[in-house]
Amino acid sequence: MKFRLLPVVAAAALLAACSTASEDAGSKSATGNTAPTTAGKTAPAPGSVEEFKVVVGDRVLFGFDQYNLSAEGQAVLKNQAAWLNKYTKYAVVVEGHADERGTREYNLALGERRANAVKAFLGAQGVKADRLKVVSYGKERPECGDSTEACWAKNRRGVSVLQ
Amino acid sequence: MMKSVRQMSLRRMGAALFGLAVAGVALAAAVAPHTARAEVKIDITRGKVEPMPIAIPDFAGPGDAGRFGGDVATVISADLERSGLFAPINKAAFIQDLPSLDTQPRFTDWRTINAQLLVQGVVEPQPDGRLRLAFRLWDIYGGEQMKGQAYVTQPENWRRVSHIIADEIYKRVTGEDGYFDTRVVYVSETGPATKRVKRLAIMDQDGANHHYLSDGSNIVLTPRFSPTAQEITYMSYYNGSPRVYLLNIDTGRQELLGDFPGMTFAPRFSPDGNKVVMSMAKDGNSELYDMDLRTRRTSRLTNHPAIDTSPSYSPDGQQIVFNSDRGGAQQLYVMDSQGNNVRRISFGDGRYATPVWSPRGDLIAFTKMKGGEFYIGVMRPDGTGERMLSNGFLMEGPTWAPNGRVLMYYRQEANGAAPQLFSIDLTGFNERRLVTPQGSSDPAWSPLLP
Repeated sequence: MKFRLLPVVAAAALLAACSTASEDAGSKSATGNTAPTTAGKTAPAPGSVEEFKVVVGDRVLFGFDQYNLSAEGQAVLKNQAAWLNKYTKYAVVVEGHADERGTREYNLALGERRANAVKAFLGAQGVKADRLKVVSYGKERPECGDSTEACWAKNRRGVSVLQ
Repeated sequence: MMKSVRQMSLRRMGAALFGLAVAGVALAAAVAPHTARAEVKIDITRGKVEPMPIAIPDFAGPGDAGRFGGDVATVISADLERSGLFAPINKAAFIQDLPSLDTQPRFTDWRTINAQLLVQGVVEPQPDGRLRLAFRLWDIYGGEQMKGQAYVTQPENWRRVSHIIADEIYKRVTGEDGYFDTRVVYVSETGPATKRVKRLAIMDQDGANHHYLSDGSNIVLTPRFSPTAQEITYMSYYNGSPRVYLLNIDTGRQELLGDFPGMTFAPRFSPDGNKVVMSMAKDGNSELYDMDLRTRRTSRLTNHPAIDTSPSYSPDGQQIVFNSDRGGAQQLYVMDSQGNNVRRISFGDGRYATPVWSPRGDLIAFTKMKGGEFYIGVMRPDGTGERMLSNGFLMEGPTWAPNGRVLMYYRQEANGAAPQLFSIDLTGFNERRLVTPQGSSDPAWSPLLP
């Protein structure tokens, strides 16, 4: 994850927001939640990286060995696309990830499929192709290190990382 | 027994590593009473074999050279013991001292301690500063020399010559080529699962001479040896762009393989070393490509919207086994090496992955996922004879010892535990951990060193 340089106060708020985002990545971002109620007193600045992460939702989740986008995932990506079409200074690297319950090489291919599913959806929503890159991490960069269904669900993800 | 001096194939060693050649010379048989009897032989195709008791006294030698003698015996003992086929006898039990290679073994003394085999050896300094290591392998009950060989080498090569001697003993007793004079390249892992640091590492098959080939600043995966064991192909996230690379172990020279528009991964050398076959993923589709290392030409081998990955050549280079989900879930497929005549070979329950063709050609090892567990198994190239060797929470990535009798892979326990390398006999017995300084995954076993 890349953080932009921010004033100290804003950075503290960002840390609080981030921990919330990763804890609740499964439910909140997937349902396209709009208001970060637990993110602290100040809402993220419009057009900021943290707004994209916390308010819009930077990730979608996938089923086991799946790369199709759920209705919730599509809702998140519509919001991502609308935001990206508004704030055109950002490019996006879509990271595709898999859980640990597959073999390494297959999971690299699966992560690439997931990242491309996200890229294709954003593209269809009008985000220009030259702003979108993909990278697969397979099972190499889990969000969550435990061997539980809840963790694996969080790890099967496509994350849009702003550049 | 042969009286002539037989020159073994000159074993050329990597200049940067060893800096000399070792030639093995057969020793004339020592005079010994010959009794007609069945020869000592271990049938390694049987399931559980009772390890054969073997006595390996310290190699005898004068002064400075002598200090290697104990170490040489220790390395040979450890190699043979790890194979599960030999049971080295505690040195404290030995009755007879063997100060030279011409000392006649008193077979009754060795029978008393139940030895079936005896390795008699010496380490002798040469006028030019090199060492001469020589051994005789004795059949205690037959009272017969089974093998005798001498090697002249630089002192720093004592460990490698010890492995060569262990290979000779293994071969003489089992009838199969050994696998002790080999190395393993793998991925060393440190740190938590979410921030794992991965480094290429290389070591002898017994864990000695361990060192790192990369510094951990980029994720590195799936190293595999060239047939000469001088080069490695692997995948790296260098510059944030996951691609297949080629690394010369001795020179450290590294290069990107091919100019592909997408991620390249899952590389493997062809048996002649002239090609690397790999996957390239673009727009959500992974296909197999090969690259001619001389002409740098690449060709696409598969053309299917499914995931096609983990290719591995048959030892004659004519066929490729690979992993595809074109049938809906991960299964194993075989095609000819130009990409034609694709046929599915795995039909059991579960998902199949990481097929690797045995160097003998008779079997394909694979990873299988079924019922929430991972398995390492083997099947014939036509898909028959499927057999599981080991299972656990997570295990994958089998690699064959060059004799096709032993497999290595990695195991990982739940909750982000560090993975560990294990080896197992093709019979499914003798599973052993190979101790590494840190966590370890993605092992690749080298051919016998040239």
